[in-house]
Amino acid sequence: MGPSGSGKSTLLHCLAGILPPDGGSVTFDGARIDDLGEGDRSRLRRTAFGFVFQFGQLVPELSALENVSLPLLLNGVRRSVAEAAAAEWFPRLGLDGMERRRPGEMSGGQSQRVAVARALVTEPSVVFADEPTGALDTIAGEQVMELLTSAAARQNASVLLVTHEARVAAFAQREIVVRDGRVSGSAR
Amino acid sequence: MSVPHALLGLLEREPHHGYDLKRLFDAYFAPDRPLAYAQVYSTLARMEGRGQVRLEGVERVDGPDRRRFAITTDGHLELERWLSEPLVPEPHLQAALFTKVVLAILSGRPVEPLVDAERHAHLERMRELTAIRRAGALQVALLADYCLFHLEADLRWLDVTAARVDELRAQILTVKEDR
Ligand SMILES: Nc1ncnc2c1ncn2[C@@H]1O[C@H](COP(=O)(O)OP(=O)(O)OP(=O)(O)O)[C@@H](O)[C@H]1O
Ligand SMILES: [Mg+2]
Repeated sequence: MGPSGSGKSTLLHCLAGILPPDGGSVTFDGARIDDLGEGDRSRLRRTAFGFVFQFGQLVPELSALENVSLPLLLNGVRRSVAEAAAAEWFPRLGLDGMERRRPGEMSGGQSQRVAVARALVTEPSVVFADEPTGALDTIAGEQVMELLTSAAARQNASVLLVTHEARVAAFAQREIVVRDGRVSGSAR
Repeated sequence: MSVPHALLGLLEREPHHGYDLKRLFDAYFAPDRPLAYAQVYSTLARMEGRGQVRLEGVERVDGPDRRRFAITTDGHLELERWLSEPLVPEPHLQAALFTKVVLAILSGRPVEPLVDAERHAHLERMRELTAIRRAGALQVALLADYCLFHLEADLRWLDVTAARVDELRAQILTVKEDR
């Protein structure tokens, strides 16, 4: 949490190996990742990490099912296997029967639930979520958080969540406050 | 609203008469709900009984006696404790939160640790309520929601206040204190 412009997204991007930090180091599973080459970092992101952003992360030309299976395809999983794994998500998402819809044919809340499935389908260790409910109303936002936290817990994945909404933050087990580009001293 | 702590905060800066305290209290903490003189005096008497303030002198101007009060060591300690410990999160803390922020500014204490401590306490309570609403029936969830929305509103107010603390400091410190 922290004011707009305080550096929450920047910190998240550094931790996720998207952005190399100017100083300091990022360690994952006991090994530094900030000094890896782009190829290794990108492989790490595809296999060990999942991502959910505020909106616009689904490929508009692909169906919901294809969007969820995409990360598996990128990891070399056969299409039939990937789509079968993706299909299992739809009842859990509350989107039974919407597998063939494109993002433009779904509500914002439905799209975000598809994005959560896409982030978790590779069974990552960490899901990075930057304002995943930022574009949603209260109830749709709650459904996304409910899904994200329960699915992550079931897979034993950690979630690093950026949000400015306290009700959303209350789904997390602890909070870190960022202020003026620094983690606040009293973070617990 | 914690009138005793607000008075301790004012007395921490310098000793005051009850009359001054009432005026300062109204200016800083309750422009919309002025304090009754009787409440100032009864509060001071109770605080004196608890050893948090002491009578420093009695002056007669042209009218009734004016009793000047000063903060004691116990008063300092109580003020410190109150400022550094987060409030028990519950809806409608506005007046107490506001008093804390203004007192921190008046006394030159940093506002951020206070905001972080309150945020932490609020989020802890909100986590409990979130767990309750996730496990419970709809009517339980809706009752928890009522608290959650109010606690969230407090936090939003704290965030906005923290973001504008320099501006607030400049304005508060220009409040006229001459009698
Ligand atoms: N530690 C830092 N040192 C220097 N610059 C930083 C640091 N963190 C962030 N910045 C810069 O601050 C700007 C805003 O950062 P960022 O986008 O991460 O903020 P944010 O907290 O995500 O804001 P918002 O809530 O609006 O999304 C960026 O230009 C970024 O490069
Ligand atoms: Mg951001």
